[in-house]
Amino acid sequence: MGLDRRKFLKVAGCAALGIAGGTTAKLGVGGSPARASSTSKAVHGGKRWAMVIDLRKCHKAEECDDCINACHVTHNVPKFDNPKDEIKWIWRESFGHAFHDQEHEYAAESLKHSPALLLCNHCDNPPCVKVCPTQATWKREEDGIVMMDWHRCIGCRYCVAACPYGSRSFNWRDPRPHIDKIHDEFPTRTRGVVEKCTFCEERLAKGKIPSCVEACKEKAIAFGDLEDPNSEVRRILGENFTIRRKPELGTKPEVYYLV
Amino acid sequence: MYDAGKIIAGLVIFLVLVTSPMWYKAATGTKGEAPELKYVTESKVCVAETEYMKAFHMDLLNEWRDDVVRRDDRQYEGLEGKVYEKSLSRTCMSCHSNKDEFCDRCHDYAGVSVYCWDCHVEPAEVQ
Repeated sequence: MGLDRRKFLKVAGCAALGIAGGTTAKLGVGGSPARASSTSKAVHGGKRWAMVIDLRKCHKAEECDDCINACHVTHNVPKFDNPKDEIKWIWRESFGHAFHDQEHEYAAESLKHSPALLLCNHCDNPPCVKVCPTQATWKREEDGIVMMDWHRCIGCRYCVAACPYGSRSFNWRDPRPHIDKIHDEFPTRTRGVVEKCTFCEERLAKGKIPSCVEACKEKAIAFGDLEDPNSEVRRILGENFTIRRKPELGTKPEVYYLV
Repeated sequence: MYDAGKIIAGLVIFLVLVTSPMWYKAATGTKGEAPELKYVTESKVCVAETEYMKAFHMDLLNEWRDDVVRRDDRQYEGLEGKVYEKSLSRTCMSCHSNKDEFCDRCHDYAGVSVYCWDCHVEPAEVQ
């Protein structure tokens, strides 16, 4: 052995320092992009779809179902008589139910008795995505849409339980016989699959706006990119006081309401 | 061996029964021929070579499915650089609009049951 105890300790010490130094240097280099990517801009890749619904305009047209019909026809959403089987992508709910924390007994009559228009909020922090065991639902990084892959859904309904907005419906029965006229541009679903609004991602891919926005005669629904400071949604949000459903839960819903 | 006669006789009967479809075919002279597919399109090219499509169309469709739904990637560059939309009902079925004589005929023969049409809408269904 040419190495005595002293020399061995010196070499070992130097080697340990070298390794530690190398690791720190690597962390230093690799660390900064990782931190940078945690800002919202990098995560969304420059796009973040959002919606602003003006309930005042919406209430002008009483009993108007145009947006709901347009959506449900486009996406082959079935109609069931039994409310337990109901499938909904966009639907009406009383203001007090939709915004239970915002209503009080002296609230304007127009609010109390007029329904709010509800749909998937495409949350920035979606609880449904966290609980999905098969990644059948996920948050699309490029534009913030909470997507669904109906091929992969196993029907466990964890997401239905996790969503605080009731935006997800489960197909307890075969939906096909309950669709008035099947729209051949879009698939139906099968029994045992969860479904919800996808912000019309199939239309966005073709450069069209969501069908509910297109169908609204009162122009009560605005749709656009939150990351674009000149977009209509940003203008409305910047100029008005808007509310969201249950923001205290930290889900960061991206559907805003003007009341 | 106890009851050798019964056991052997039983085995022979069993074998004859199991292989009876083959005997039947041999006796009647009908051979198990591959199903004849009907092409209703004028187009001479598919998105990929016919041999590839015959063997691997299911893999291609699975790939298309994941590309469109999960990666938002909707264009497919096929033979001779032609670009197609990755869509079963719009691209595949626009040429092979005869599901009964094209898809089903072969799937039935091969004993394959697909669940594509549980959700996707076949062209004829709409009319």
